[in-house]
Amino acid sequence: METIEAVLREVQLFEGLSHEQLETIAGCGQNVQFPEGELLFKDRDPAESFFVLRHGSVALETFVPTRGAVVIETLEAGEVVGWSWLFAPYRWHFDARALSLVRATSFDGACLRGKAESDPKLGYELMSRFAQVMIRRLQWTRLRLLDVYGDGHRS
Amino acid sequence: MATAADAQTVAGPMVPQPFRVTKRRRELADTWTLELEPTGGARVLPAPGQFTMLYVFGVGEVPISVSGDVDGPLVHTVRAVGAVSRAICESEPGTVLGVRGPFGNTWPVETALGSDVVIVAGGIGLAPLRPALYAVLRQRGEFGNVALLYGSRTPADLLYRAELGQLRGRFDLEVDVTVDAAEGGWHGKVGVVPKLIDGAHFDADSAIALVCGPEIMMHFAARALLDRGVPPDRIYVSMERNMQCGLGHCGHCQLGPTMICRDGPVYRYDQLERLMAVHEL
Amino acid sequence: MIDPEALDDLLRALAAHGFRTVGPTVRDGAIVYDDIESAAELPIGWTDDQAPGRYRLERRDDEARFGYAVGPHSWKQFLLPARIRLWRARKQDDGFVVEQDEPDGVPLAMIGVRACELNGITIQDKVLLGGTYADHDYAARRKDAFIVAVNCFEPASTCFCTSMETGPKAEAGYDLALTEILDGGHRLLVEVGTMRGAEVLADVPTRPADAADLAAAGAAVDGAAEKMGRHVDTTDIRDMLARNLENERWEEVASRCLTCGNCTLVCPTCFCTSVEDHTDLAGDAERTREWDSCYSVDYSYIHGGSIRPSGKSRYRQWLTHKFGTWYDQFGSSGCVGCGRCIAWCPVGIDVTEELAAIRSTDRHEGAGDGDD
Repeated sequence: METIEAVLREVQLFEGLSHEQLETIAGCGQNVQFPEGELLFKDRDPAESFFVLRHGSVALETFVPTRGAVVIETLEAGEVVGWSWLFAPYRWHFDARALSLVRATSFDGACLRGKAESDPKLGYELMSRFAQVMIRRLQWTRLRLLDVYGDGHRS
Repeated sequence: MATAADAQTVAGPMVPQPFRVTKRRRELADTWTLELEPTGGARVLPAPGQFTMLYVFGVGEVPISVSGDVDGPLVHTVRAVGAVSRAICESEPGTVLGVRGPFGNTWPVETALGSDVVIVAGGIGLAPLRPALYAVLRQRGEFGNVALLYGSRTPADLLYRAELGQLRGRFDLEVDVTVDAAEGGWHGKVGVVPKLIDGAHFDADSAIALVCGPEIMMHFAARALLDRGVPPDRIYVSMERNMQCGLGHCGHCQLGPTMICRDGPVYRYDQLERLMAVHEL
Repeated sequence: MIDPEALDDLLRALAAHGFRTVGPTVRDGAIVYDDIESAAELPIGWTDDQAPGRYRLERRDDEARFGYAVGPHSWKQFLLPARIRLWRARKQDDGFVVEQDEPDGVPLAMIGVRACELNGITIQDKVLLGGTYADHDYAARRKDAFIVAVNCFEPASTCFCTSMETGPKAEAGYDLALTEILDGGHRLLVEVGTMRGAEVLADVPTRPADAADLAAAGAAVDGAAEKMGRHVDTTDIRDMLARNLENERWEEVASRCLTCGNCTLVCPTCFCTSVEDHTDLAGDAERTREWDSCYSVDYSYIHGGSIRPSGKSRYRQWLTHKFGTWYDQFGSSGCVGCGRCIAWCPVGIDVTEELAAIRSTDRHEGAGDGDD
């Protein structure tokens, strides 16, 4: 079975980190699994972790009255799910539902925040990498906002 | 590549040739595919990327990309957005429409021989790319990895859905589909088409990318391809402007120093980038 | 050499050869191009006083036939008429049948074509005949057209043909070329350009030109070149415009430009047309071709909106096309320096001034923008 550090090495997000840094991060991680349909986390719950998906796909959802659960975006293997652990008040902003059997590595937010505080260099690396993830998600979200296919006839 | 110049020496190139609708299939709520055969004269043989000017008696004429295979009847997938396109979509088999063309340049399938091919389509943009895909699949052994990345607004707007399903069944083609917004019951990907580029399997050093869809989507897709290391002179997009004559005479389709009816609609991205930086060009 | 009176013989000879004769005549306070049958209809003793946004006719103190520059008309109104029907179509049981329209077949003789205008015709030939497709109607009208060119001796203050290398002397492309001489006796030098020109001239009383005639003709044309009212620096102009698409001057000129499109109407090289499909009450369909202008908002309309909604973008499109991207598309400048756009602009925008302003604030290469 792959060590968590080996998993991290394959994730683009953590490319370029040193062996020690990867070991440190791995120390806060554990392998988890979700059956299809189960929530990885729930909107408004305390956000104390993030996930690196290794298998399967996850839907970020929000519940809209009269519309039900609306999928904002789906995420695939290799992608990172969750950044609310980085910023107070550390609460999730969406639901995350397993669309299939999901295997992931989950990382303890409090543990990582602690490590980052004592190792600012690691903290900077984590911040800038997560910022990249967020920026890319924001780009895609903005493109969706433009509603490029929109013709005004249908909602 | 066929041009209409030869066929039109007696009748001027502004005279439409009569073509009969032989098949009509509804694709989406507002989109139909028509197959057309000439009523008398010779077939036209459009190459992937080209378009014809499609005329409805008394209503008008619009430019429509060809979306069929080179070795077959003339195929057009049309979205009903205005009076003329709506009239085209309502044409039952037996109706005679007018055709001028084909006009324009082509997707660089020959240039892509020996390379990976990434086809990125958004919405109705899949229609002009379908002939390129057919051309690639016809000589499948001559290409490396071939990926079709497609998305639309919602699942109900996915074009050629049954055909996509069949293509997915091939072992030598990667088909990845997404929608911008899902309705209940969609178990596929939700997200924008350019995002699919990150996860597609191709070698950035040796790929040719063919992109078609709304202009902004094409630019985001091009950016995602550039981020992956595909050089801008290996990315091709299909541009659109007001088009009236198709001959380079009326001036409307100008895009900077080019005319889309003769220098396009397929443009290499490096040549386009500078033009696109200027608003309202 | 011919006397001014022989111009009547020329017109009659052309008519006898089957031509429809069109030429300059005074109407509504301007020198326009229209059907003329006798030389008495020429603008005898008239000249034009032109400036930005200004055109006035003034009486000369001689009887010069061609003592003016150019008026609001150009020859494109005959070769590329403002509105023609391209074809008619009739519905049938099985589809429809199309009947293409043809010009009436009467060949045109254009009298009084200035060098700049001759270049304008050549430029439109390139656009409409020189590509993959030839414009059917233009080709038919152009094919047998007879050109009597006129060399200028009296440019207007709005003229700048020397800058565009299109005049004042007509070099080629004419059947006959006239140079009017007033000094030492009113007469015209006739140069023959084609066999056809010689044939027509055979029916006109002429006498050989002597050295003095030739010298006087040369002096008249040279004089015109020296009196040129305006200038344009065309050095590297295509690239200069291409790298100045974001120059502040566009905003400035846009604050004055009404986007009325007058400049495109009077310009001898503007060729844009729109294609319109109609039905009539009998149920037949027809397609017409009409002059269009890049100044109209609809010109660049595609589903949902216009690509160039702002007046600024439309003015920029016109000027950069005329002086810049025309080279990319057709291998030459689109401007012949006739100055009509300057005179007929209701707010007096002067293209030579605009180009000079852009050049003076040119963002050169290496300033972080633009490369080829």
